[in-house]
Amino acid sequence: MSIMAYNGAAIMAMKGKNCVAIAADTRFGIQAQTVSTKFQKIFELGPRLYIGLAGLATDVQTVSERLKFRVNLYELRENRRVKPKTLLSVVSNLLYERRFGPYFVEPVIAGLDDVTSEPFVASLDLIGCPMVTEDFVVSGTCSEQMYGMCESVWSPDLDPDQLFEAISQALLNAADRDAVSGWGAVVHIIEKDKVTTRTLKARMD
Amino acid sequence: MECLIGIRGKDFVLMAGDSVAGRSVVAMKKDHDKMYQLSNRLLMAACGEGGDTVQFAEYIAKNIQLYRMRNGYDLSTKAAASFTRRNLADYLRSSTPYFVNLLIGGYDDSDGADLYYMDYLGSMVKLPFGVHGYGSFFVLSVMDRYYKEDMTRDEALVLLQRCIDEIHERFIINLNSFKVKIVDKEGIHVMKDLRPTTKQPEETPGTQSMDIV
Repeated sequence: MSIMAYNGAAIMAMKGKNCVAIAADTRFGIQAQTVSTKFQKIFELGPRLYIGLAGLATDVQTVSERLKFRVNLYELRENRRVKPKTLLSVVSNLLYERRFGPYFVEPVIAGLDDVTSEPFVASLDLIGCPMVTEDFVVSGTCSEQMYGMCESVWSPDLDPDQLFEAISQALLNAADRDAVSGWGAVVHIIEKDKVTTRTLKARMD
Repeated sequence: MECLIGIRGKDFVLMAGDSVAGRSVVAMKKDHDKMYQLSNRLLMAACGEGGDTVQFAEYIAKNIQLYRMRNGYDLSTKAAASFTRRNLADYLRSSTPYFVNLLIGGYDDSDGADLYYMDYLGSMVKLPFGVHGYGSFFVLSVMDRYYKEDMTRDEALVLLQRCIDEIHERFIINLNSFKVKIVDKEGIHVMKDLRPTTKQPEETPGTQSMDIV
C-alpha cells in the first residue's frame, strides 16, 4: 500500500471575497481500520493563518511541531507575524531539507495577509514544491474527487457564508467517494476580523 | 499476536494486556506483564518487537523519573505522551527504529484521566478507548456498542470482560489471561487477572440415531 494512503486524508482550501476557508476530514485510521474520528489535521500558525497537512499521520504531527518551532523563532527574531507567502517558503525549505528521505505530507496553506488582509491559498508536494493558486487547493487520498467537486461549486468572490457552503459540500461529497477519508469534518472560515470554526455532520462510514 | 486494551472512565483509566510472551509458535511465558509504570500516576502498555518493548519502555520510564528528580514534580499525561511520541518519531528515521505500539494511561489533577494511543510510527491520538493488535478488529466494535462516557470502575470491568470473551470466542490465538491495572488519583492499582468467562458445556443428548428414515 502507498505510504501516502496508509492513514488517509482529505484537505482543501478555497479563496473567497476578503476571506479564505480551509477544511479537512477528521479520520485517523490505519489502513482499513478507523482508530479515531477526532484527529486534528489543520493547525493554526497565526491569528489568520492556517496549515492543513495530509499524508502519514506521524509526519503530520512531526511537521506541524517542527513548523511551529520555526514560526515561533521567526516571530521572535522579526518581531512580527509571518506572512502567508513567507510561510510557504518556510514550509518548502523544511520539506526540501529532507529531499532524499522526505516527510510524507502534502501541506495546504490558507490565510489572510497580516497587513493587507489579502486572501492567500497555496499547496506543496512532499518535497516542498510550492504552488500558489487563485481559486482553490486540494490535498489527500481523494484529490481527484476534490478537484472535481471544487471546480463545480467554486466561483470567484464568494462571501463567507457562500464560501462555507461551497467548501463543505465539496469536501463531504469528495470524501464520501473515498474509503479512507471522512468520518467527520471541520471547516475554518477566516475573515479579516474573526475565524469561525464549524464541525460538519458527516457520514460516519 | 498481542492485545492491549485501554478504557477511560470517569476519573480513572483501566488498562489490560494479554499475558502471553511468545516467540514464533511457542508461548514461552503465560503470566507476562506488558504494562510499565512510568510514574506514580502514569502507566504504559507496550506491545510489538520483543526487545524493543522493554528497552523503549524502560528508557521512557527512566526519563520520566529524571524529569521528576530535576524539577520536583511529575510530567502531565499529555506531556509524557508527547515526549514518548517525539522519541518514537525521532528514532523512526534512524538506523535503530523501535517497533513498539503503546497505550499510555494517566491521571493528573488538571486534566483528570487520559488515555493516549500511539502506533509504532509515532502517530498519537487521545481516545476514550483504544486497542492494539489483532484483537482490535474484534474488540473495537464491542466497545462502540457498549462504551459510555463517565463509566464507573465496575462498569468498565464488565466491558473489559466482554472484550476478553469476544477475543476468546473469535481470535484464533489463545489469549486466555489478561493482566489488568487501574490508574487513578490514588495511583496505580493492580487488579485480579481476567480470564474469558467459561461457558457451561451444553447438554448433549444421548447417541443420535443415524438411521435413514
